[in-house]
Amino acid sequence: MTAEILLQTLASGVLIGLIYALVAIGLTMIFGVMDIVNFAHGEFLMLGMYASFWGFSLYALDPLLTLPLTVLMLFAFGMLLYKFIIKRIINAPMLSQIFTTFGLMILLRGVAQFLWKPDFRSIENSWVSGSVKLLGIQLGQPQLVAGLGAVAVTMVVHAFLTRTRLGAALEATAADKEAAQLMGIDSHRMFALAWGIGAACAGAAGVLLATFFPIFPEVGANFILLAFVVVNLGGFGSVTGAFWAGILVGVIEVMGGLLLGPQYKLAVVLVLFLAVLMFRPQGLMGKA
Amino acid sequence: MQHSENRRSVIQALGASLLGLFGTGARAQSNEVKIGVIYPLTGPAASTGAELKNALELAADIINNGANNATKGISDLPFAAGGGLPRLKGARIRLVFADHQGNPQTGATEAERLITQEKVVALVGAYNSNVTATASQVSERYGIPFLNPESSSASLTARGFKWFFRTTPHDDLFVHNFFDFLKELEAKKNFKLGAIATFNENTLWGNETTKLEAKLAPEKGYNLVKQVTYPAKSTQLTSEVQTLKAANPALVMQSSYLGDALLSMKTYKELGFSPDMILANNAGFTDTEFIKTLGKDAEFVITREVWALDLATRNPLIKQVNDLFVARYKANFTGNSSRTFTGLMVLADAINRAGGTDPEPIRKALSETDLRAENLIMPWKGVKFDATGQNTLGRGILVQIVDGKYNTVYPFNLATREVTWPMPKWDQRK
Repeated sequence: MTAEILLQTLASGVLIGLIYALVAIGLTMIFGVMDIVNFAHGEFLMLGMYASFWGFSLYALDPLLTLPLTVLMLFAFGMLLYKFIIKRIINAPMLSQIFTTFGLMILLRGVAQFLWKPDFRSIENSWVSGSVKLLGIQLGQPQLVAGLGAVAVTMVVHAFLTRTRLGAALEATAADKEAAQLMGIDSHRMFALAWGIGAACAGAAGVLLATFFPIFPEVGANFILLAFVVVNLGGFGSVTGAFWAGILVGVIEVMGGLLLGPQYKLAVVLVLFLAVLMFRPQGLMGKA
Repeated sequence: MQHSENRRSVIQALGASLLGLFGTGARAQSNEVKIGVIYPLTGPAASTGAELKNALELAADIINNGANNATKGISDLPFAAGGGLPRLKGARIRLVFADHQGNPQTGATEAERLITQEKVVALVGAYNSNVTATASQVSERYGIPFLNPESSSASLTARGFKWFFRTTPHDDLFVHNFFDFLKELEAKKNFKLGAIATFNENTLWGNETTKLEAKLAPEKGYNLVKQVTYPAKSTQLTSEVQTLKAANPALVMQSSYLGDALLSMKTYKELGFSPDMILANNAGFTDTEFIKTLGKDAEFVITREVWALDLATRNPLIKQVNDLFVARYKANFTGNSSRTFTGLMVLADAINRAGGTDPEPIRKALSETDLRAENLIMPWKGVKFDATGQNTLGRGILVQIVDGKYNTVYPFNLATREVTWPMPKWDQRK
């Protein structure tokens, strides 16, 4: 096994890890702000992918060009979901909340299959295709752009949370809902915002994936399991935690696969996950 | 008092009308033959499921309403005249669809529901070998014939089942075909093939085929250098392809469903992995979406098939029936849909010969099936079941993707094109 292969695999792991991170950031934000686990999160990703696909095939607009619009659409979609559905179950028992988002997942998949058929689609010849040689290793351009895009989106979200008043209000709601309310922060507005940002992040991940991953109604299922692992690993509610944990999971998955045999790649990730749950249940960067 | 009497009479009326409904239902039943079909209509294999559903609906429509082919009759196709099953007083075929979502457990539950509640006379399904395994266990228990048109896992007919019939050739035969092909190709082109690697998804079907490939390779004098297995729902196949690339095989024998087949091809290209030949076990590689989605990047893959449109040059029936399919669904038959179509035709033939809808006569008729090559849209010698329920007259072909379509390249006497070997490296392609 040469250094080149190791480096190549490491790079691929980081790039896919950045996508996991972006999916997980949305998930962790929704959970962090309002303690609801969103099982329909993978479907936001799917919607993002289909938005890119239709933009590309109907109007010949490149996914990267439509990225801002798609993100905006998913943001609005997340807010509306909150307003019309999630708001009603906010004080409901946890089981009802689980069933609601789980049901939403099945509904969104079903609608996608009904409207767009179960076919596998893909975007051919977008602006980014082919691969580039970098430091002796070969990187797929779509993957490279997706990874960089994920970093950019994460930085925007992070800056929003730490640099703006609205972001601070969101963090305050996450830290203590009642106290934040007493300070005059409208928690429903914050919750809606969390859903909007959460959906937008997953949507952005979907757009970035769409240039190299097949698009089909069930595509969310491939990513959601790993996203949950990432959220746990990073610490529930921690955006930075999710970011690093995403990269970690991506790298461990491919390196574990390469070194121990590909059939063990998920096992390696899940063993690490169990270890973290046992020895550091709050996650790598979560608060105890 | 008045009120409650009203209510009672309403309920009675309702009950009576419900009874009436059931009554007409029971009467209608004698005039139609209900066949339960179990396929993955949602879930990861849903696009294949939709295609198979189309094939079945076309077959049922031909049996019930005729081939509707005004210009030229399809006289060789059984039941092409329409009007239902002649020996059952023109009873019509009614398909009752169930969705197993690619889940063996769901498959078994749905099979049970179709048998006990829908009272179907036979089952057809279920594409995924592992679902066929569980669903056919249920039909075996209830003593209802199960016709499996397209699951190719060899073990399915090794279970000593009495009610299970399979029209397609199975994986063992296909894998033997692979090695026959390699031997003949080596002789023809006068070269010696280098190392072999296997690459497969980790459910029943992928594992079984690969096991046989790994067993046969050394027996046939080939050097198997690497075996790579991956989880069926992968988000990336980087480490897998890296492992393959490091082993540097001349030939990759691959078993993948559609999603992973697409992902693997993209990863090959991304990481610049170019073996001399990719020999695939149909499934994902022969799905309608495979070429459509990958475009030029699908070129030169060789896959086993059970059917190809270019076979029409040797059997006009293939073109005629395919034209009907195209007229309805704007897509050609595939190896999957043509087999499923044939499966229902074989079952209908048996039910017709049984002359009724009781399970035992249908089973007996199935075991006595003797269809000839010219009655089929398959490149088979016919349909005839052995004691295990396996069709002994089936055979496979190999096709290579060139110019965006599947070309028959093996057996050499059926071939419409020479094998392109080795396949060009990624960076040397236009």
